Amino acid sequence: MEKEGIGLEITELRLGLPGGGGDSSSEKNKKKRVFSEIEDATDDRKTGERKNQVVGWPPVCSYRKKNSSITSSKMYVKVSMDGAPFLRKIDLAMHKGYSELGFALEELFGCHGMTAEKCEQVPIYEDKDGDWMLVGDVPWQMFIESCKRLRIMKRSDAKGFGLQPKGSLKGFIQGV
Amino acid sequence: MNYFPDEVIEHIFEYVVSHRDRNALSLVCKSWYRIERCTREKVFIGNCYSITPERLIQRFPALKSLTLKGKPHFADFSLVPHGWGGFVYPWIEALAKGKVGLEELRLKRMVVSDDSLELLSRAFPNFRSLVLVSCEEFTTDGLAAIAANCKSLRELDLQENEVDDHKGQWLSCFPDSCTSLVSLNFACLKGEINVGVLERLVARSPNLKSLRLNRSVPLDALQRILTRAPQLVDLGVGSYVQDPATETFVKLMNTMHKCKSITSLSGFLEVTPRCLTAMYVICPNLTSLNLSYAAGIPGSDLIKLIRHCKKLQRLWIMDSIGDKGLGVVANTCKELQELRVFPSDNIGHHAAVTEKGLVAISMGCPKLHSLLYFCHQMTNAALITVAKNCPNFIRFRLAILDATKPDPDTNQPLDEGFGAIVQSCRRLRRLSLSGQLTDKVFLYIGMYAEQLEMLSIAFAGESDKGMLYVLNGCKKLRKLEIRDCPFGDTALLTDIGKYETMRSLWMSSCEVTVGACKVLAKKMPRLNVEIFNENETADCELEDEQKVEKMYLYRTLAGKRKDAPEYVWTL
Repeated sequence: MEKEGIGLEITELRLGLPGGGGDSSSEKNKKKRVFSEIEDATDDRKTGERKNQVVGWPPVCSYRKKNSSITSSKMYVKVSMDGAPFLRKIDLAMHKGYSELGFALEELFGCHGMTAEKCEQVPIYEDKDGDWMLVGDVPWQMFIESCKRLRIMKRSDAKGFGLQPKGSLKGFIQGV
Repeated sequence: MNYFPDEVIEHIFEYVVSHRDRNALSLVCKSWYRIERCTREKVFIGNCYSITPERLIQRFPALKSLTLKGKPHFADFSLVPHGWGGFVYPWIEALAKGKVGLEELRLKRMVVSDDSLELLSRAFPNFRSLVLVSCEEFTTDGLAAIAANCKSLRELDLQENEVDDHKGQWLSCFPDSCTSLVSLNFACLKGEINVGVLERLVARSPNLKSLRLNRSVPLDALQRILTRAPQLVDLGVGSYVQDPATETFVKLMNTMHKCKSITSLSGFLEVTPRCLTAMYVICPNLTSLNLSYAAGIPGSDLIKLIRHCKKLQRLWIMDSIGDKGLGVVANTCKELQELRVFPSDNIGHHAAVTEKGLVAISMGCPKLHSLLYFCHQMTNAALITVAKNCPNFIRFRLAILDATKPDPDTNQPLDEGFGAIVQSCRRLRRLSLSGQLTDKVFLYIGMYAEQLEMLSIAFAGESDKGMLYVLNGCKKLRKLEIRDCPFGDTALLTDIGKYETMRSLWMSSCEVTVGACKVLAKKMPRLNVEIFNENETADCELEDEQKVEKMYLYRTLAGKRKDAPEYVWTL
């Protein structure tokens, strides 16, 4: 009977992200990485400035600071939220990382707790190839260069997209 | 010399050009003072509040070229709150009223309103050259006035200014009759440029030697412009984004072959790294290369480019070049005199620069005399080696990203390393320190840095002794700027006469109290001692025991200034 159970698991068909990592715990970890980044940043915000946030250090003149990063051009992308009547636009170049983006999206849509782990909403984005990706997997720099538009999706809808935190993709990968 | 007629002395004075030499001439005797002042055409004023414009005009009736500097240097790093001062309007107004035959105006860290540019453009018929560096408040409307009204404009050079774009086509305001442009730099403008207008302007400017474009000028326009201006010596590329497999790019590659006069290259404000190959053909002629605003070029592409630049004397680059890349620079650029390496945000630690890159440079580039180096770490051993290899430093500025980091190999402060630099480089005029530093480094500076004129200190030292070593020892000190150091009242007040021999002193987040500043201000009437009080409660009394957050003092003949904002208390 057990054997049958294992067998069934292997053959169970599930939709999932192509090349998605093995088992459920690494899926969870991926998600955790996104939000824990945000959590860490939240803590930092609460406790005050970190060492490398001293005003005027390193001594790079403000004009140069604003104009010599790869993101110094504006990068407005559309943001839709499921259930909201109209779309918004956000300038990705204005933010230095995922946590800042998370806060900005929260403010934009008046939704709270998106940066928390068990949030109702999941941020996804459409990349240059037209694929819908989960926000947070790639380094920030890479993300802003490939992001064409953002969507804030209900977690329940995400199940349909295969972005579920639990469930085994092993079978799917082996089957491919 | 007393028996020579004035005309002969005047003629001799024509050959004396530098400000310092001219100043020296004027001190020799009354008749030399008189002759000098009547023949001086260029004046440099390092602090616009040190003297009134009226007094300047009175002394130098033949004034044609004026350089003015406004805000203190640390304003660059957001340490000076908005509205501090440095307004150029009163100067332009006074010059206009005094019917000065102004031809050139160079401003740095000043507040330049559109009204001042408008007045400037109308009041001086021979006006030829405007250079604005790190200025603010003007918009493209002000530029339009300059373009439209300055009939013999030769130079419009805008460097690193914050300019508001008001649409309105300022470039179109250059009349068709304007054919005298020699230098046009609008790289810092954020708005769109009418490319057709630009091309026609370039086409009718046969003397154009220097052209620096902004981001809105695309690569295809660059190609057409270069075809019209093969005589260019200095080029700032705007946008450099293109698919190298296109005809446009091939055209550009061919055009570059005709640009053999270009010796200075900068810009690439947005760039497709693979397209840099088009520049290889002019690289062998380059003496100056500034890629410090060209974000996103991988180190490997920078290295490939630099291998072609054997004649380089000045290089400004981002730390994405890495230590390895600096090794390539050291092997290739044997004529290198000035190097600036700037930090890029988005770089993994393995690609950033450390002491190794600097040591490599010092070994390969013996002519190096000016350095600005942002790095992740530095060691005493490296600094000692650099000091030995390059005894000719005039400017040595080191900025370790972690400001109080000790030598990572020995865990010691960097006192010995900087000590070696000042001891070896007898001609050192400018020094910026960083890393973990005790009072000892200041003892070395006071002992050895005899030619030092400008010193920048941050997060360093242990006691008042540190500052006193410097004030005591550095006889030629002109500018001292200190932030976040434990220097207090004793250091400030021990040698107050010193400050009249200097241009200015900046101290922020130190241990100086209001009371000490008051004492200083009272004893030295020819100093303006300004304290910035940024608390919201503007009417709160300044108590003597209170620590001063920011203090800026400077010598002046103009007395207390009348344009200071509310948060500035001139004691």
